[in-house]
Amino acid sequence: MSEEKKASMARYLIPLFIFVILVGFFAVGLNRDPRLVPSPLVNKPAPAFSTASLEQPDRVLDPQLFRQHKVSLFNVWASWCVSCRQEHPFLLEVAKSGRVPIYGLNYKDERADALNWLGALGNPYTASVYDHEGKVGIDWGVYGVPETFVVDGKGIIRHKHVGPVSPQVWQDELLPLIERIENEAG
Amino acid sequence: MQLKILVLTLLLCLVTPAFAVIEVFTFDDPVKEQRYRKLSEELRCLVCQNQNLADSNADLAKDLRNQVYNMIEAGKNDAEIIDYMVSRYGEFVLYRPPLQTNTVLLWAGPFVLLLGGLAGLAVFVRRRKATTRERMSPEEQARLRRMLEEQGGEPRS
Repeated sequence: MSEEKKASMARYLIPLFIFVILVGFFAVGLNRDPRLVPSPLVNKPAPAFSTASLEQPDRVLDPQLFRQHKVSLFNVWASWCVSCRQEHPFLLEVAKSGRVPIYGLNYKDERADALNWLGALGNPYTASVYDHEGKVGIDWGVYGVPETFVVDGKGIIRHKHVGPVSPQVWQDELLPLIERIENEAG
Repeated sequence: MQLKILVLTLLLCLVTPAFAVIEVFTFDDPVKEQRYRKLSEELRCLVCQNQNLADSNADLAKDLRNQVYNMIEAGKNDAEIIDYMVSRYGEFVLYRPPLQTNTVLLWAGPFVLLLGGLAGLAVFVRRRKATTRERMSPEEQARLRRMLEEQGGEPRS
């Protein structure tokens, strides 16, 4: 191939090259879920709270709860939240299996509504924190309901799942992590 | 069902500017009010993600505005308030991402592209000038002159 031809080939290849790079960027960008905000709290200690229990208003709950178990789930829920209703039957199943304790964060709800909801649909929670003002939610970086945190026995947040917990999420995301945390605790 | 919710959410995001910011905070100091306005414009609402706290009518945005107000009244400075938000929601909460190693491309990218485009254009223009000038050999130029003279025209210099 002559030098001239090579040069003109290069001229056509440069735009192609730029195009391929751009496609690469777009492919990565478009396949990401823009609603997922990575939590800066992962691998950090659970933010403190000292808040009344939903079921027993005079009992105060704090992150000490998580230290009673090798690993626990902290599920943000509300009676007004549609997706919570969707994940609820599966949470009941998990609770029934006794695999891992589930604590609830009842987010910006009315106590009566929340208790009715649990009464009618069943209560998968070992206990629920009653966060009427949403203050605990802000401290935990909650921006939508439901969200589920995995907290280990040292009180460290290990993972946050945004959206309802489905059997698929449980199988692919939560259970493997729960097993890993249990194993490292020995 | 989910689609319906999505569409509804999108629609709600669209209409918010019409009735944005319902609650009115009172400040004893106009400087504080200025800071509040600036902060709520620079912090992103995490529910309607393309809106800042000032524009969004989402419940969370309301709570976060409230939080900003309380922190200002409690005497926190802007850096402390921004740190508070970033430590909970990550840098995503900042409407203007900070300039740091993982955002260099974001900040510099447009300028790099612009410079690249200008450089490309310059090369293109220069090359085209060069080729048009070289295209005619002296014999061809002479022939062209002759042809023009035959037609009674005046060749340009």
